[in-house]
Order: sequence, then structure tokens, then C-alpha cells
Amino acid sequence: MPDAAGLELIAAEINERHPGAIIGTYYEHDQACLIADPEQIREILAWLRDTPGQKYTFLASVHGADYLPAVPRFGVHYELLNRDRVERIRVRAAVHDPAAEGGPYPLGEEPLPEVPSVTDEWPTANHQEREVYDMFGIVFRGHPDLRRILMPEDYIGWPQRRDFPIGGEPVIFTNNEREVPGWTQ
Amino acid sequence: MSSGRSAPAHGADVIARTEAEVVGTSPVERTGADEAFEIEQELMTINLGPHHPATHGVLRLLVALEGEIVRDLKPIIGYVHTGIEKNCEDKSYWKAIPFVERMDYLSYFFNMQAFCGCVEKLLELEIPPRAKYLRTIHLELNRLHSHLVWLGTSALDLGAMSMFFYCFRDRDRILDIFEMSTGQRMHTRYFQVGGVAEDIPLGFEKKVRAFCKEFPSRVDQYEALLTNNEIFLHRTKDIGIVSRERLLELGVTGPLLRAAGEPWDLRKVSPYLAYGDLDFKIPVGTVGDGWDRFIVRIEEMRESVKIIEQALDGLPEGPWIADDRKVVLPPRHELGTSMEALIHHFKLVTEGFRVPPGEVYYPIESPRGELGCFIVADGSAKPARVHFREPSFVNLQALRDMCVGGYVADLIMNLAMLDPILGGIDR
Amino acid sequence: MEIKREKVRSALPLDEPPAPSNLRIRQLRARDLLRGELSDEEIEQLVSEQTFTTRLDKVLNWGRANAVFPATFGLACCAIEMMSIVSPRYDIARFGAEAMRASPRQADLLILSGRVSIKMAPVVRRLYDQMLEPKWVMSMGACSSSGGMFQNYAVVQGADKFLPVDIHVPGCPPRPEAVLYGFNKLQRMIQGNPDPGWRTRYNAHGTEEWARQYGTLTDEAREAYAAAHEAAKQAADLVPEEGGEAGEAERAPGERTEAPADRAERGRGRFL
Repeated sequence: MPDAAGLELIAAEINERHPGAIIGTYYEHDQACLIADPEQIREILAWLRDTPGQKYTFLASVHGADYLPAVPRFGVHYELLNRDRVERIRVRAAVHDPAAEGGPYPLGEEPLPEVPSVTDEWPTANHQEREVYDMFGIVFRGHPDLRRILMPEDYIGWPQRRDFPIGGEPVIFTNNEREVPGWTQ
Repeated sequence: MSSGRSAPAHGADVIARTEAEVVGTSPVERTGADEAFEIEQELMTINLGPHHPATHGVLRLLVALEGEIVRDLKPIIGYVHTGIEKNCEDKSYWKAIPFVERMDYLSYFFNMQAFCGCVEKLLELEIPPRAKYLRTIHLELNRLHSHLVWLGTSALDLGAMSMFFYCFRDRDRILDIFEMSTGQRMHTRYFQVGGVAEDIPLGFEKKVRAFCKEFPSRVDQYEALLTNNEIFLHRTKDIGIVSRERLLELGVTGPLLRAAGEPWDLRKVSPYLAYGDLDFKIPVGTVGDGWDRFIVRIEEMRESVKIIEQALDGLPEGPWIADDRKVVLPPRHELGTSMEALIHHFKLVTEGFRVPPGEVYYPIESPRGELGCFIVADGSAKPARVHFREPSFVNLQALRDMCVGGYVADLIMNLAMLDPILGGIDR
Repeated sequence: MEIKREKVRSALPLDEPPAPSNLRIRQLRARDLLRGELSDEEIEQLVSEQTFTTRLDKVLNWGRANAVFPATFGLACCAIEMMSIVSPRYDIARFGAEAMRASPRQADLLILSGRVSIKMAPVVRRLYDQMLEPKWVMSMGACSSSGGMFQNYAVVQGADKFLPVDIHVPGCPPRPEAVLYGFNKLQRMIQGNPDPGWRTRYNAHGTEEWARQYGTLTDEAREAYAAAHEAAKQAADLVPEEGGEAGEAERAPGERTEAPADRAERGRGRFL
């Protein structure tokens, strides 16, 4: 992992090339993370891959996280790995939720956040971006085949968002076995 | 049909090779007709699964066939999606361990290690050396278990039914060992944050050593059945080759990548637990066909036996779980005498320990590849986000490259050699 | 020294001619039967001793029970334990389930091993419909019996929400011996001789689900259920409706005072 000073250097260099791309860094538990503007994520990942000193050529994982109630709400994490030096760096795209402002939307019609897809440059992101879309509702512009991968195709709702209920059924005891349907009926 | 398969160049494009062969031996050309008119064949889309005799879980494949050649392949997954990651957000860290165990249900110790290792990193908690060695022993036994089940079911898919019985016979011996130390055959919940839940009983070492002494001869028996078997060679040699660069682009890790010639194993490049102290080799293939994947896993089984024996030799004495009472339960005999121990026990059991806010991605080498656990902690006793980077999920993207241009029967073989575990893919 | 000589007494007294052995009697009777020299009572006695009579459906059920073909339907972790019941140590072939058939048309028993997700449930139902009668379903493991530990949006809380299940085998995953035990119980059920289990020990016949549903409860059972529901209703009545008229209901002595909203939540069976 690049150490804290190296991380700041990387952030500064990227911001020189693509102004405003890196909006923050943090370094904890020996892991380096760049917080990035989602619209420039392709350029950042390409820079990290192609620059001679960096060479993070392996995209290990693309996954999402919901930081509700923090703003920006979503984070799409790209775990990069340099296989020669065995160094990892994480790029977190800080994605805002467009449904936060503007009144309550009917189910299934809320505006969805958008992030450019990196699938054409990093083929491993294909299924993983589909999973982020399926679980969080983040649309990846330019993805060749963006549809649900884990839930049924016609499912409504983004299950791993923090405000999505966990689901399931109440446990049936004698005191509520008449209210909860479906026991022997 | 004359197969006419010549060994392709390393990393040759499967599609081009097979098309050239098939068109070259088409009936039209063999009769020497002057006009080589194009045979128009329609693409037939068939649906393989989610319930099918290939015992690899509920994977559904939409296969576009031209005759018997696979032209396109689309995997459809999600049939065993269990919402484990979402469920973990509802549970305290201890309670999440049995949940994450059931993701990749053949390598349950690895799931536990990824999760516990990630939490320990978030807590900056150092586990004692005995716990590291015990974890390593159980992890390698689990690797053996996973490879044995893979071997049995793959051979069953290819038609060699007796391998299934032999492999499951040995697998039952490993499960006996697990039952001895952890109390349960599968899904043992043995790793605890800070170490392992209980020390190993007397007689465990003797039993494991007896197993390790006998197991290499068993592997020899399996190799005698399959490795030089002509039918097996015909089915696996030079089939399903994907170049190393393409595999790296697709994010594939594990035995698939090693079979293609890339010596990448997280146990060696970034050692964790006791792997840094132990001496073992990483088997690496050359061509990356089905036979290489098979032989890489067989050799990995032999190396795992060596690792287990070395770990038993070097097993240090000492505590099997860390000392930090804020995170680890106090020993039971203290509960009767010490008030602090009682309070700690109470808080840990009812609420659980709190983890300071942070995010960590912790990768380990599971039998299928890089298994990474990503946890976002928000300062409370429950994780805010748990995500597992499952190797099978990412490796599945390579199935299309392996199968397109080959026959349907080769698709089954490629699926078997890919070693997917649908529980890990769907989570 | 005196030497006593005694006659060794044998089982048969040696002074009488030995009685004909059982085999000899049967031989003579068979000879008489062939010659047509047996009387009616002797024929009846012969038939009842030497012929095995039964009803046709008992024979069929015996055949069905001892030649069950399980369908290879592994969903998740329980599938691995199901594979191990085919393995040599826990051999299911000794109970007749030698051939595990992949095609549902050829299978008798659907062993649902693993968690049924909402995407998979219609597929399972379709497979079940494709099976030919007689067919049985064994729900193996906690996840297919009741949703198991996964109480969430993605797992169907019990396969008997959409399938009739004949026998549930608990465990996570159940040991292969437990699956074989369940299989043996299923065989008894197929033969029409179901194991009543704990109801014999606790004298609780008449409390089965089908009894409760179809009204064939014993009187004690009916009274006990009525009393339990009455008690639950009274506990629910103590809780004011939403909108809270607290303080109107009388609290029985010894009851904890707690916020009515929490009580209502608990009474409605919410889970933690």
C-alpha cells in the first residue's frame, strides 16, 4: 500500500492532470483510499493503470456502499492492485443521491444516481457493476448489459440500500398465530 | 469425425482455431465440391439449468448453439441469492460470522477467516501465534476438503463415477477431524474475532498426522485413475484455453490463473496468518487448459498436506484467543470471581463489541481465488456494510471465453474445471 | 473308588420311537395336498401357516417405500451433505434409493436441500409439478423447512409456502445420519404406518395439524387450545389500540408497566 505521503502525492498528481477529480484521501489501517468525483472515474482509473510509476493493472473488486445518512450517500469502491509491488489502492467514487431532494417518489420511479461504466477498459467490472446496480440502484452509463443480476428481473426496489427493510416474516407464536396468515391456512 | 486437434500455440484464440477446424472438415469440402457454398445454420438457444445434472449448484446458462458449437453463452445467476450481506448489517459482529460462513459453502473456514481478519484489522487486534497456526491448519484442511469435493463432482460430470465415491470417502475423514476440534462437520463457526473459539482437544494432532500420512497415497490413487487416462486427456487437453492476459483482464484469480502460467497466490505474495513461516510451493500450469486446471488442484492438495504437517510441527503453545477483554470473552472460570470479567462478558454477549469507524478490504487466498471481505464500520456493534469479493463471482465471467467456439460437452468440462460455487456467486 | 454308571438321558426318550420332525410333518402334509387327501380344516391351516396374504396396496406401498428415487436437487450447503448420503459411509443405497435421477419425470422424492430464494421458488414449483405421482418432498435443513437463519427479503420462509412437504429434517446442515433418519420415517409414512413420534410419549394424539384443521381434535385438546387463545386475547386486550388510551385498561397485579406502544409492538409479533 502506498503510505500516507505517497497517497497525497498520487492525489496531487491526479488533480494536476484532471482538475477536481480527487476530492479527498484517507489512509487508515495501512490502506490507502482516494475519494473521487464519479464523473472522472474512468480517467482516474486509467491514470492509475497507465502511469509508469503506478501500474495498478488489476481491478480486484467493484462494490458499493450506502453511507446513509452521510452525504454523499453512496460510494462505489474500486479496489486496484499492483501485482509487481503487491500494493493495493482503493478509489471511492462519492455518488450523490438525486432522490434526496424533491419529495417522496412513488415506488420504482425515483431518480437514480449515475456513474460512468468502466467495463470497456476493465472487463472484470461487467458483472460487478451489474451487482452494484441491482443492490443499490446506481446506473452505470455505457454498460453493455445493465440489468439485474441477483434479484429477479422484475423486482422493484434496491435491496442493499440502508432504508430498504430487511424483509422476512414475523415469527409465529401462539399469541399471534391468528393474525399472521399462512400457518395452516 | 476426425478430431484433428493439434496443439495450439500458447494463448491462441479458441474461436479462430475451432472455426478453422470445423469449416475445414465440413462435408462440403470433403466431397471436393467446386462451389463452397455457405452452410447457413440457425443459432439455437438452449437453456441449461437452473436444475441440471451437473452438480454445481443452480447456475443457469443461456447457450446459443450452432449445431454443437457454442457461439455465445450467458450465465444467469441469482437463484440462491440469500441476502447475506444485508442480513449481516442487522447483526452484531459475532452473529454475522455464521452468516458469512454460508456464502461459499465448501470453504467455510475461508469465509470466516476473511471476515474475522477484516474485523481484527479494523480493531487493530493482534491474534496470538497459536491461533494463527490453528487457523492455518483448519484453512488448509478446508482447502483439501474443497478440492476433494471439486474433484469428485467434476469427475462425476465427466462420467467417472467412482472418483466421486473415493473423494467423498476421504472428505468424510476430514469432516471427522473438523468434528473433533469444532464439534460440527460443516459450517463450524470455529474462528472467533481474536483467534479461535476453543483450543484443539487431545488426540487431534495424532488424528491429523495419521490423515496426512495416508493422504498423499490417496492422491496418487486419484491420479492413477485420471491423470493419464486417455478419455480424460481427450476431454481436457487443449480445451478451454484462455490466455493469461485475458484472464487478468477478467479479474480471474486462483487455480484458474495459476493454470494459465501466472504464479500469483496471496499466501506467498502477501503472507497472512502462519503462511510466512511455512515452506510450500505454488503449482503453476503452462497452457491453461482443463488438464492444467485439474493438475494444479491435485498438486495443491499435496502442498496443503505439507503445510498442515509443518504447521503441526511448529504449533506454538499459548493462548488460542487474544487477551483484549473488550473484544474477547473472558475465560469462564473468572466469571465467578472477577466483577470486571462478568461485566465484560455481559456486554459482549448482549450488545457485542463496538468497532471504531473505518473501512477495510481484507483479501485471502481461498480454494477458488482471491476472497476479499470489505467491511464498513460506523462505530456501533453492528457492521454498516459487509461485502465479499467472491472469487467464483468474478471467475464466472471467464466461462464465456472458455466455452465459445467449443462443443457443448466441453462446456460441461469447462464448468467443472471452473469450480464455481453458487453460494459464493449469489451470496 | 466307586464308579457310577448312569444312563445318559437324551431329549428324545430312547424307548419310544422318535416323533416325526417338523420337516417330516410338512413333507407328509405336502404329499397329501398334492394327492388331494387333505380335509378342509387341514387345508385352511396349511394356507394360514405357509402362505403370505396381504392387500395389493400394501404390497405396492412396500415397493414404493423401498425403491424411492431421489431427485438430485441440491440448492446450497445442504446439497453437499446430501451428496454425502450417497457416499459409501452413509449409504442411502441400502435403503433402496440407489439411483438418484436428475430428470424430475423419473424421480419420486424431491429432497429440497438448501435455501429457496425467491428467484428459485417458481423453478422448484415447476419441477415439482413435473414429477409424476406418487411423489414426496423432503425438506432437508432449516432453510427449506422454515427459512432457517435467513429471515430476509430474498429467502422464502419455508418451502411449504408453495409446496406440500411430507417430512422436514432439521439441521444446518443436518448430519447425513439425520437425513437417513428422516428418510426412514418417510418410508414408514409411505407404507401407511407413520411414526407418531412424541405424541405417543406425551399422550397428545389428536393435536396434529390436520386434526386441528379438520376439527377432529380430542376434547382435551380443544379446551386447551381455546384456553390458550383466550389468554392471548386477554393479553392483547390489555393493550390499548393505536392512538393510545393508556390507563383505561386495568393492569393485573404483578404486570410490568411499560410503554403501550412497545407492548403493542411486541404483541403483534414483530421480531428483533
